[in-house]
Amino acid sequence: MKTHNSFDEQYQFTGKVKTWSLIAIVIGVVTIVAGFLTHHEQRTFSNLLLMGYYFTCVCAAGVMFCGIQYAAQAGWSASILRVPQAFGKVLPIAALILVVIIIAGLKMTHTVNVDGKNHIEPYLYARWATPDLRIKDSGIYDSVIAGKAGYLNVPYFLFRIIGMLAVYSFFGWLFAKYSRDEDELGGMKYYNKSIVISAIFLVLFGFTVPVFAFDTIMSLEARWFSTMFGWYNLAGLWVSGLAAMTLIIIYLRKQGQLSWVTENHLHNMGLFMFAFSVFWTYLWFAQFLLTYYANIPEESAYFFRRWEPDFKVWFWLNIVINFGAPLLVLMQRDSKRYVGTLQVMAVVIILGHWLDYFQMIAPNTIAPHEHWYWGVISWVEPGVFIGFAGLFTFLALSALSKFKSLIPKNHPFLDESLHHHI
Amino acid sequence: MSSTKFILGLFDDPDVLLHGIDELKKNSVPIYDVYTPMPIHGIEDKLGVKPSRLGYAAFMFGILGGTTIFSIVYYTLVHDWPMNIGGKPAFAVPDFIPATFEWTVLFTAFGMTITFFFATHLFPGRAPRVMDLRATDDRFVIAIDAKGNVPHEDITNILREAGAVEIKHNDRKYVSYE
Repeated sequence: MKTHNSFDEQYQFTGKVKTWSLIAIVIGVVTIVAGFLTHHEQRTFSNLLLMGYYFTCVCAAGVMFCGIQYAAQAGWSASILRVPQAFGKVLPIAALILVVIIIAGLKMTHTVNVDGKNHIEPYLYARWATPDLRIKDSGIYDSVIAGKAGYLNVPYFLFRIIGMLAVYSFFGWLFAKYSRDEDELGGMKYYNKSIVISAIFLVLFGFTVPVFAFDTIMSLEARWFSTMFGWYNLAGLWVSGLAAMTLIIIYLRKQGQLSWVTENHLHNMGLFMFAFSVFWTYLWFAQFLLTYYANIPEESAYFFRRWEPDFKVWFWLNIVINFGAPLLVLMQRDSKRYVGTLQVMAVVIILGHWLDYFQMIAPNTIAPHEHWYWGVISWVEPGVFIGFAGLFTFLALSALSKFKSLIPKNHPFLDESLHHHI
Repeated sequence: MSSTKFILGLFDDPDVLLHGIDELKKNSVPIYDVYTPMPIHGIEDKLGVKPSRLGYAAFMFGILGGTTIFSIVYYTLVHDWPMNIGGKPAFAVPDFIPATFEWTVLFTAFGMTITFFFATHLFPGRAPRVMDLRATDDRFVIAIDAKGNVPHEDITNILREAGAVEIKHNDRKYVSYE
């Protein structure tokens, strides 16, 4: 560890990582274009929604991290707060991309033939956004969906999603702004303001994030409902956001930045990842057990589809990666303190939660139309994933390089964070 | 030969105590133990206390609890008297998990309490062993085994210079036997 930390050094976003993230974005764009040109529109839309949602969730987790640290008046995290603040700054872009994907998915349609009759279906949310579902003699009339039309209709749906994302983005921007003002002007004023907005944000976020998950993901399977789904998604959002933060912190440390971050800070990030992987499993299992035990057909439809041979392997792998791996590896003190192990586990958790989202989305968007066995994951999935991973890296690191310094130097608990020791 | 068994340096401030530990180490005086009314951060590293193995004990208690209830449930509901509950197979693993989880937690909690009592010689009805009663209140105490650590006057001087408010030469190890 260096004996002297420079708090006025601005981070320069250059070098290999910039090249590679741009290459990744190109790979993503090429994959999306190729997906549309080779008539894999359904699959491409499914993946766009998956990654758009994942990207938004990881950025929102950054805002949530800031909120929790300020509301808890935590000291240890003061010196790494720039990383979640950068996530918050990227959130508006992520939200915009997600909204564009959703609108495109609702507006672009294709014709599906059911029992000799043609129906116009959108590529996304076909289970409720298909107009014929609500027309009495269309042949596919669904009284349940028609009854839900007061909530699940396109204008109100878009209003909710855009409204929630706008609120989250606003708070993400506010956290970064207050912290920047604190750097320049000092004093306790901005810290106290941050505590107040944290409290407001956490209440808003906590109550609306389940609705966000219901709308964006659960409504793909419009007849099914689960009140656990929102918390289950919140757990996924949080743990994948923590893993992304850990990766960026480790990367910056390897670049010689964040010289004040020691293995004690990484230990805390590891603790978080371990604890919330177990929390994720708890919610996953709570949802599964209730469905399994009650065995009511309209509830078990969700798991029934994931129990089909084409998804069963991934269904089990999801648990192994997201529960088994963190439990067995991250439980040990040493594995939270060795950068190498922590880095591998962060990557495993990020890939694991991709699989988790894939489990939620793909069976409702692509499965009923095509049938595969092992080919459920094709070339589109890795391509789109790489594209969004590159985009996220590029935007997050650019946002970091815009801060005057990688440390909030007038944060009142900075000294505690610099001497953090566990 | 004096009858002193232990030399106690009493401090009224944790930072001064840490300074005292440094001074004793500088003079190669081995420290028997340190007693404080509250946890002091980083003192384990300073004293070279080995990392606690309490985690392993907790893990073993948890495994024991989980195995116990899983065996009981398996014996009663699968082996001895299988019942048709909601058309599920008798060996319905998801149904067993909540009970297994709860017993894992229960055994870990009780097991850790017992381990704590065992390790600290605290049992109901037994007076605790204390080298100086004020170490439980407002004094931070460094204990030095007097045997072999001579001359005692030098140790006393080191402690006094380091800022000890009181130095005791005790003839018995504990002031409070049962």
